[in-house]
Parts: sequence; C-alpha cells; structure tokens
Amino acid sequence: MSSSTKVPRNDAVTQIASKSLWIRRRSFQMVYEAQQGHPGGDFSAADILATLYFGVMRFDPRKPNDPGRDRFVMSKGHCSGAFYAALAAAGYFPEDELKTYMEPLSKLNGHPNRNYLPGVETNTGPLGHGLPVATGIAIAGQLDNADFRTFVLTGDGELQEGSNWECALTAAHRKLENLTLIVDRNRLQQGARTEDTATLDPLDEKWRAFGWHVEMVDGHDHAQLLDVLSAPAKGRGKPLCVIANTFKGKGVSFMHDNVSWHHGVPNKEQYEQAMAELV
Amino acid sequence: MSAVEQTTDELFDCRESFAQTIEALAAEDPRIVTVVSDSVGSSKLGGFRTKFPDRMVNVGIAEQTLVAVGAGLANGGKVPFVSAASCFITGRAMEQVKADIAYSNVNVKLIGQSSGVAYGELGPTHHSIEDLAWLRLFNNMKLIVPADPWQTSEAIRAAAAHDGPVFVRISRMKVPALERSADARFEIGSAETLVEGDDATIIANGTMVHRAVAAARLLADEGIATRVVNMATVNPLDEAAIAAAADTGAIVTLEEHSVRGGLGGAVAELVATTNPVPMRILGFPGFVPTGSAEFLFDHFGLNPAGIADAVRQTVARKR
Ligand SMILES: Cc1ncc(C[n+]2csc(CCOP(=O)(O)OP(=O)(O)O)c2C)c(N)n1
Ligand SMILES: [Mg+2]
Repeated sequence: MSSSTKVPRNDAVTQIASKSLWIRRRSFQMVYEAQQGHPGGDFSAADILATLYFGVMRFDPRKPNDPGRDRFVMSKGHCSGAFYAALAAAGYFPEDELKTYMEPLSKLNGHPNRNYLPGVETNTGPLGHGLPVATGIAIAGQLDNADFRTFVLTGDGELQEGSNWECALTAAHRKLENLTLIVDRNRLQQGARTEDTATLDPLDEKWRAFGWHVEMVDGHDHAQLLDVLSAPAKGRGKPLCVIANTFKGKGVSFMHDNVSWHHGVPNKEQYEQAMAELV
Repeated sequence: MSAVEQTTDELFDCRESFAQTIEALAAEDPRIVTVVSDSVGSSKLGGFRTKFPDRMVNVGIAEQTLVAVGAGLANGGKVPFVSAASCFITGRAMEQVKADIAYSNVNVKLIGQSSGVAYGELGPTHHSIEDLAWLRLFNNMKLIVPADPWQTSEAIRAAAAHDGPVFVRISRMKVPALERSADARFEIGSAETLVEGDDATIIANGTMVHRAVAAARLLADEGIATRVVNMATVNPLDEAAIAAAADTGAIVTLEEHSVRGGLGGAVAELVATTNPVPMRILGFPGFVPTGSAEFLFDHFGLNPAGIADAVRQTVARKR
C-alpha cells in the first residue's frame, strides 16, 4: 500500500504532516478517555510513526503476515496510544477499535500484543527488547537475501538498558544494512532528564564507535525524517541509527519538554486546550 | 467469630509505608542506601532523595545493573535497599538475583514494587504474578508479602535487621489497615491468624488477605467457620500454621500471583508430603487479558463471593 517511491516527495511530506497531527489528536483522545497512557512520548514519536507508515515502509495492511513486508518494532511500547493510532490510520484495523483503548478485554492493551492485533510484530513494554528482536528479524532477512527492511523505535532513556549495546555489537558485526534504529531523543525519561540520570551524550559518537552509520535529524521535521529513512539501505554495509531529536509533549504548549507528561493524563480543561492547539 | 476488623475506612498505599520506614531507618543507620532504576517516583522515594541525596544511587533504566550494583554496595559495607517495579527487578534481573544476591548470599534487600496485577491495563509485561515462583527457588532468600501498612513497615524493619538476602513484595493497590492487638509483632517466618475457625482454612497474603477476611465473613453467616491465616512470609513458611490448617481438613490458598509455584505451590508441597487434605489454589491461571486490577480480580473469581465458593467446594471434598 504505502511506498515512498510512488508518491512525489512534496505530496508525501504533506500527507505525513496531516497524519502526524491526526495521530496526536487521536492518541490524546484515547489517553483522555482511558485516563491512562503515556502522552508525552506519544507526541515525541508521532512524526516518526507517520513518516514510517505514510512515507517509508512497504506493507499491505490486508496481508499483515506477508513475508516480504517491511517490519516495524515499537520498542517503546508504553507509547501504545500513538502506535495504535498509526496502525489504525495505516489500515490495520478500523479506527473505531481505538475507542476501546485499555478497556476490559480490549485488544488495545496498555502495551502492544501481537496476538491481539495485526501489525504488531512482537509484544513490547519492558524496555530494551525491541532492538534485539528487530536484529533477529534483520538477520533472517539477510540469511534469505530478502529485500525487506526492519525499523525499530526506541526511547532514549531506554538506551540505558544494556541489551541495546549487546545488540549494537551483533548488528554491526553482521553488517545489517537492512536494520534501522530510530532513537526518540526527547532527552526525558520517566522521572527526570536522561542527562541527569545516566548520561547518554555524545550519543552519536557512541553508535559510531559501535560500528553503526549515524544520522542526526530534527525528529519533528517530516522532510528530514523522510529523506534519511527512505535513503537506499543497500550498499551501506552497516546498520543505520537515526537519532531523532524530539521533544516530549511536542505540539501542546503546557506539555512541551515537561517530564510530568511522561504518564500524566489530562483533565477536561487540559484536554480541551490541547485539542485547540493541535490544529 | 473473632475477626480482625479494619480500624477505619481509610485505605493505604503500602509504598508510602515503605518510604516512611526506610527514611526513618536511614536516619538511624548510615549504612542504609537506596538503589533505583528511574524508579524514584514509583517507589515513593522522592522524600528519601531530598533527605539523603548522596545515599540514593539511580543507575538509569538498567535493572541488571541495579541488582548487581546492590550486591557491590553490600560488599562495600552498605545495606542497600534496591527498589523497582517487581516485574523488572525480578524478571529482568533474574540471573543477577540468583548469582549476585542469592548464591553469593549477600546482605541486599530487594523491594518489588507494584507487584501482582496492580498495573492493570498495562498488561502482563508489567504484572508481576511470577515473582514468587521464581524467587522461591532461592532457599536462602527471605520472601515477605505484607498485607497492610503496619506489616509493610514491620517487614522493612525486619529486612534491615536480618543479615542476608530479603525480598519484600509491595503493592500499589490501596488496602485497609488490619486491626491488631497492641502487642502484635511481626517476625519473618511466622504467620498470623486473623479469623478463627475450624471447618476450613484460607491461607492468603498481600492484598488478598482483606478479601479472605470478607469471604470468611460470608461463610460464617452460613455456618462454615473459616480460619484466615495471613502467611506474609512465603520463605521460610510457617510450617506449624500450615499443619494446623491441614487439621481443619480443607485448605484454600489465595494470592495475587499465578496459581503455579507461588504461595499455593509452597503450601501444597508441604501439605502433600505431610498431611494431605483437599486443597484449592486461587490466583491467576497465566497471562491475563486487558483490564484494571479490580476487573481482573472479579474476572478470575478473586472476590469474596468467588473465594467463598472455592471454600464451599473444598469443604465438600473433606474426608
Ligand atoms: C525494563 C523496563 N524498566 C522500566 C520500565 C518502566 N518505564 C516505562 S517508560 C520508562 C521511561 C522511558 O523513557 P524513554 O525510553 O526515554 O521513553 P520516552 O521518553 O520516549 O517515553 C520507564 C522507566 C519499563 N517499561 N521497562
Ligand atoms: Mg525519552
């Protein structure tokens, strides 16, 4: 369904912009209605998700198990609100289903479950699992000489988990050019700033030192995201790490770069103000 | 029936009792430090951080390092209280718990916060209904599942006083305070009888104790005198209390945990090899569907009516 090659770049960027706005609005409504969720991280990731699903990845939502599909692994599974909204927008299930977010017996569990929903490659929620699973997918593709790509989105606090760095070695060792890691570099984790907790900077040098090709982008700039993510992977000879500089709560003034919105949920006034700003 | 009643309608988050107690202990004992993994807020340790900023080590989101650093701090003469969500401090760091804490037999206190299904809608990755089964395998690790604020506070004090590995499993679900006599004491390994009765025994711990008491009340009304034992320590077990429970001829265990390998499994191992009597093990069958903790309790019959039903059925099987 979606393939960047068929759509002129400007049209793609326009579509990505409108989808990312929709993802923000819809996920925030879900969080408001459920009175649960992780809206700050939903908002930092919305542009990345929209770019992947509406400009970069090759997939057919009617064939979610197609062996040739590009894979996306939502490692920061706590941001299920934005992820589910993106999956619905991409056609994996009816938008109406989003209303059941976190309701009893809902398929839309607080963290994504592949046994409930198409488009979810692996169950996430515990941080530091997505990159190793995505690496396994990419190795399978490499072994089969398949041309699909594997994308994985992690948080930045999440990179404090050692599993990522073990995997960084494996992926570089195997020259997994079909693997792309996107780091949502919003500089905030659950309770504080990353640099006040366990310093990550200089993050680009770390990934380079581990043998990865690194690109730094403005994670809210759709054209930049589109260009680095859709650049041909063949011949790179290395896995790609895209450090997307973002803001937690991006798009709503009172949530912007504010750690209390990691898992804060809006009251009615806040919800209405946010929706008025998200236009 | 002589039952322990709730003192008031007030409900308590036992994480607060943990936090207050650890702050008080730290003021008395300079060796006490806390170790966290971006889990300051979820452990209610903001106050500790303000009072003792140099005695909190935040390793970031890195639970394997969290637990192993605890072992190192103990080696350096500290008494570390290592605190994170129970699902991660156990499951994510299990080999560190095994090799660095249990097998090395070091003086580290592991605090598993928001255990059971307290995280409700966040789902099985965040539930911790496997933790007791995993940890029971380490025979030298004390396992305590307090039921209310007083017992939480006592468990933390007992953990600090004990020289060796201890795991304290704490919930974020609000619970009432049980009324106890003024001379009540908490001792690792000794259970307390909350309701007397000789027709059957419910052995429960943690958040489920309150539901067991409510079920016993329902049963008393229909003439089934049901004893309620709060088995707050899962390792070591209070074997005398379990032998006495077997003497009532029917045992129902109840825990906010999987039915495999937890309190029920521990009790069953003992009962089956000493004085087999009809038993039921109540808890969760495995990974649970989406829903709040309250919804899940009802869904799996872990409410007073469901518990009373299980007791009736077990009594019917009495020999
Ligand atoms: C293994 C593990 N430890 C702890 C948590 C609890 N937790 C959920 S989100 C979060 C902070 C994540 O921060 P970051 O990776 O920066 O994500 P973002 O800012 O994009 O929300 C934490 C500690 C978890 N989900 N998994
Ligand atoms: Mg972050």
